[in-house]
Amino acid sequence: MARMKFICDSERCIECNGCVTACKNEHEVPWGVNRRRVVTLNDGVPGERSISVACMHCSDAPCMAVCPVSCFYRTEEGVVLHDKDTCIGCGYCSYACPFGAPQFPSAGTFGVRGKMDKCTFCAGGPETHGSQAEFEKYGRNRLAEGKLPACAEMCSTKALLAGDGDVVADIFRNRVLKRGKGAEVWGWGTAYGSKQAGQPAGAKS
Amino acid sequence: MSRVLVLALAVAAAGLAGCADKEQTATGIKNDAPPYAGTGKPYVAPGWKAGDRNSWEQQLKVRTVQGQNDYAKVQ
Repeated sequence: MARMKFICDSERCIECNGCVTACKNEHEVPWGVNRRRVVTLNDGVPGERSISVACMHCSDAPCMAVCPVSCFYRTEEGVVLHDKDTCIGCGYCSYACPFGAPQFPSAGTFGVRGKMDKCTFCAGGPETHGSQAEFEKYGRNRLAEGKLPACAEMCSTKALLAGDGDVVADIFRNRVLKRGKGAEVWGWGTAYGSKQAGQPAGAKS
Repeated sequence: MSRVLVLALAVAAAGLAGCADKEQTATGIKNDAPPYAGTGKPYVAPGWKAGDRNSWEQQLKVRTVQGQNDYAKVQ
């Protein structure tokens, strides 16, 4: 069974923001909401690193644990989605999320004002696949079209990988072996657990 | 006297009725169809059949390797 995961290779990310633009364009995300962002660590310092950050669709998602109305659900493919008709916009998920993924539009086409909005792994939401209602609330459902998230497919350096966890992990592993460095995967342990990340329990991601 | 008492009780009952809870109509999270069910629209990637989970997964794996593994392109 496919388990969808993101990997961002900080050795390759050039901070072009192509992923951010692709996401904005694909889902017509309104002004003020960024489902994906590029964060640069040690900006301006030699050796700076950039990473593309969005919802990582955690194996044990904190947002799901704290939601008072249980609007989140996880698909069989491991994608964490939410029902905007149930969301009350309380913001608890925003505090719980280690990646700052939940966004709260003040107005716009994405449902009623105040409903949480986040990356869907281009998997839409609990509306009819490909319907106008799904697009307006959650954006395009690329997974149901047999495609992968637009951010990863548009990444110019292929720093951002998205897809079945086994496949993207193989791609990344092969890269690390070829270049002989850069094995650290930012956020992997936090999102998917240290055991899956091949790290000792309690280690930082 | 009894009429006044009955009237008072009726008014009190009518007043308390306003404090009653409304019926809860929330239905919980709606069912979401699996992604391999497809969209029913023509704008889909070729190479898989809607409703067939295995072909959908296989197509995504091939797409991942072809589109994101640049070592596969040069080898």
